[in-house]
Amino acid sequence: MTRSSWIAAGVLVALALAVLLVPAVAQLDQQLVDLRSANRAPSLAHPFGTDEVGRDVLLRVIYGLRVSLLIGLVAALVSVTVGAVAGLAAGVLGGAADRVIMRVVDGFNSVPHLLFGIFIVALFSPSPTAVVASVGLTHWTTAARIVRSEVLTLRARPFVDAAISGGSGRLRVVRRHFLPHLLPHIALASVLMVPHAIWHETALSFLGLGLPPHLASLGNMINDGARSLLAGNWWASLFPGLFILLPTLAISVLVQHWRDRANPRRRSELQL
Amino acid sequence: MLRADGITVAYGRQRVLRAADLTVAPGVVTGLAGPSGCGKSTLARVLALLRRPDAGRLTVDGTEVRRWRHRASRDLRTRVALIFQQPRLAVDPRLTLREIAEEPFHATGRPVEDLADEVGLTPELLVRRPHEVSDGQLQRACVARALALRPRYVICDEMTTMLDASTQAHLVARLEAYRRETGAGVLAITHDEELLTRWTEPSGGPTVRMT
Repeated sequence: MTRSSWIAAGVLVALALAVLLVPAVAQLDQQLVDLRSANRAPSLAHPFGTDEVGRDVLLRVIYGLRVSLLIGLVAALVSVTVGAVAGLAAGVLGGAADRVIMRVVDGFNSVPHLLFGIFIVALFSPSPTAVVASVGLTHWTTAARIVRSEVLTLRARPFVDAAISGGSGRLRVVRRHFLPHLLPHIALASVLMVPHAIWHETALSFLGLGLPPHLASLGNMINDGARSLLAGNWWASLFPGLFILLPTLAISVLVQHWRDRANPRRRSELQL
Repeated sequence: MLRADGITVAYGRQRVLRAADLTVAPGVVTGLAGPSGCGKSTLARVLALLRRPDAGRLTVDGTEVRRWRHRASRDLRTRVALIFQQPRLAVDPRLTLREIAEEPFHATGRPVEDLADEVGLTPELLVRRPHEVSDGQLQRACVARALALRPRYVICDEMTTMLDASTQAHLVARLEAYRRETGAGVLAITHDEELLTRWTEPSGGPTVRMT
């Protein structure tokens, strides 16, 4: 593993430990309003400062990251699962089913997905479920395309012919030969989707459509912090912003590393 | 009788087979020779019910084939086995040699028989994966897989082209033993004339030449 991968892994582990352990051991209440210490700049007592109602930004960032990561993971899982099932159905069934599914994919792709996401959350009241549904229903098309194209190449491989000739039915070919080959691609697509889903959660919350305002999420915090930005209180929105960037960069560095390992030929070509 | 009449196959606008006729009779080895690219492998795939021809008729023991690949009945498609030219492409790289050879038993729910010994695979080889064995050893597993369900017809598509002489002789002997034992029909596709003569002679089967 390269040094950057180690650093990325270290950052992710530290963030995971923080979101898991801090809420359990923290002495402070992240929702505690303390107007006497509102808008304090970063100091030893409040390393990330306090927001406009005196809540500790560091503590809220950790709580916010917890919510955002959870929503990111669930939304990624939902979108990749829906996409994988659709892509598998298109690739395996072929013919008319393939054409119909891929036209639906084109239809979804032709609408700007943030706009479509906003439309979906607008149907619900602000809640984590609404954000998960919005991201899941607008982002399944990428996974569907990846899985379908992999299935099409697998279908043409002689070992699939051999399996059919040996009496395997369609379901057995999918279970025994397609899924084991597809899983690394599906896993990669879901990992890549996590930071993307976090960004969407943030964007929706920033627009006031995502999570309810009392729930600390990175998007809500940037939204709240933006109001005091003109008064010079840069910390209330900068730190939540950095904590979106940190896991995103760490995940993309690790994914890059994983991709290189999974495909050594590509790595050796790059080194030439 | 495995009988193909007027088989025509095109890939896009490229026609690779034009009204080809071929009959594989049970109990004999039928030879099929022809230059590279004349459509031998395509015909083999049609005969194994793996590709629907654009025109023509295929009958297996008098039953006309109307559905292909998964859609063909299991009984019909397991009656014809196909042994591929390149064993490395014909096996799932994630499975062990034992899993490869036993796959047809699991797929059809029949009791597993140990066929590895017949094709000369030792227990030590059976736990390896394709990248850990030679082409010859892999082709032995493919032959075991093809014969697992006791097919009525075996199509050997350049089965021994990439193998050394001793493995070649062993696999041909194994197929000959199978033919004598079960009365199955064998279609030997190769452009090695010497091998073709040696293989078809004992059963007195015909050799068809494609152009």
